Amino acid sequence: MSSLAVGSPYDRAFRFYESTVFKKAVMAVTGLILFAFVIGHLIGNLQVYEGPEKMDAYGRFLRIEPVLLWAVRLVLLGAVLLHILMTVQLALLKKKARPIGYVKKDNSHSSYASRTMYWSGPIIAVFIIYHILHLTLGVAQPDGFEEGHPYANLVRGFQNPAVSSFYILAMILLCLHLYHGVFSMFQSLGANHPIYTPLLRKFAAGIAIAIAIGYISIPVSVLAGWLH
Amino acid sequence: MKLTLHIWRQRSPTAKGQMVRYDVPDVSPDMSFLEMLDVVNEGLILKGEEPIAFEHDCREGICGSCGFMINGVAHGPSRGTAVCQLHMRQYKDGDVLFVEPFRARAFPLLKDLAVDRRALDRIITAGGYISVRTGSAPEGNVIPVPKEKAELAMDAAACIGCGACVAACPNASAALFTGAKITHLGLLPQGQAERDQRAKKMVAQANVEVFGNCTNIGECEAVCPKEIKIEVIARMNRDYLKAAWKNRESYRDDDPVELALSRGKP
Repeated sequence: MSSLAVGSPYDRAFRFYESTVFKKAVMAVTGLILFAFVIGHLIGNLQVYEGPEKMDAYGRFLRIEPVLLWAVRLVLLGAVLLHILMTVQLALLKKKARPIGYVKKDNSHSSYASRTMYWSGPIIAVFIIYHILHLTLGVAQPDGFEEGHPYANLVRGFQNPAVSSFYILAMILLCLHLYHGVFSMFQSLGANHPIYTPLLRKFAAGIAIAIAIGYISIPVSVLAGWLH
Repeated sequence: MKLTLHIWRQRSPTAKGQMVRYDVPDVSPDMSFLEMLDVVNEGLILKGEEPIAFEHDCREGICGSCGFMINGVAHGPSRGTAVCQLHMRQYKDGDVLFVEPFRARAFPLLKDLAVDRRALDRIITAGGYISVRTGSAPEGNVIPVPKEKAELAMDAAACIGCGACVAACPNASAALFTGAKITHLGLLPQGQAERDQRAKKMVAQANVEVFGNCTNIGECEAVCPKEIKIEVIARMNRDYLKAAWKNRESYRDDDPVELALSRGKP
């Protein structure tokens, strides 16, 4: 007897874009794009320490070519949407694949970061929406938003401890998300090596912490009064 | 020593199951976990109760028949061993143990701790083979195999198909199992002819069986009685993505047997 089921589930499984491996590859590639953005965005934002003129000039520089700006924004938006779409599809599969759970389950062999990707991800997504409303569109800026003055907007925004706290929390979650994600994207694309993968894990931890410290330093500096 | 067991009891695949408490006195530290269950079962039979159903065969960690969860860990707390190789000296007097079957939609429960793991066999049937002329054994050194590759292939071939990786995975993914089979054949020269099709077919079959996806977290390699590493999952991903890139048509286009099967004319 053939074990191969005949019919639609089998046909569907053979389309490569329906497979779990391909979905994880999409997640890896979109994750890589977003990881690159997070680094670029940090390098740009650290110019806040060079004073208002430099920061505002950077803001104008990004807007010199609107077509290019929107091209980058669309790529990022596409990456975010695909990343989320894959997460939702795979989370639904996860639920389907184990309808009856364990009374007792020990997950102590995986990292805390890897087990909380389903939590850190959505909170970061909410943060991104808030962040755009807050410092790009200025809608969520309670006391006045000046178009074209990112330095002033940023300092005014972060002087509110509640706003700063949310930024700091989101960056801690981003750190956890990257700690697992930067290793995971290589694994999903098929790269694992007995020597390089342990180094990659160390690199992932290092870069995740460095990125979080870099971003968190900005609201902390505002709250401490170093940036005003 | 005296132990308290909470064991999942379920009469049939469709019956409602529940955890049942058993107090076990006089457990010898020299017993294996399965021998301890044998003793519990003898007591149940003498009392006229139904014994606890669990699968086992070789009881030396090479057949892959046994396997259940002990306190949430597949095959229990020892690393690199199946539950039949777990000895009661791992525990101390007064321990409370939760014993549950492997849980996955693809592993329908049969009775108590016994589950149907034929989904794994179907993944092997889908692509875990090589096409060779059978008959008398060829001369051993006709096909050179580099030592390093032979050893990596053997590491993957150590998989006994027990299903602990699926049970331990929060996503109920069979990626470690499927990756081990794909790696085992894909590393050897004899496995090259079907390498692309193998990755596609075996991954597709795992998806049809509704195993979850891999999230690269590594719970599987921690419980694997053969200590297979998640490197095999990366190899599966690599082979699959390469195969998808090289040939995106349905496998049936180049496989007359599968084409006939799909049309219901085997």
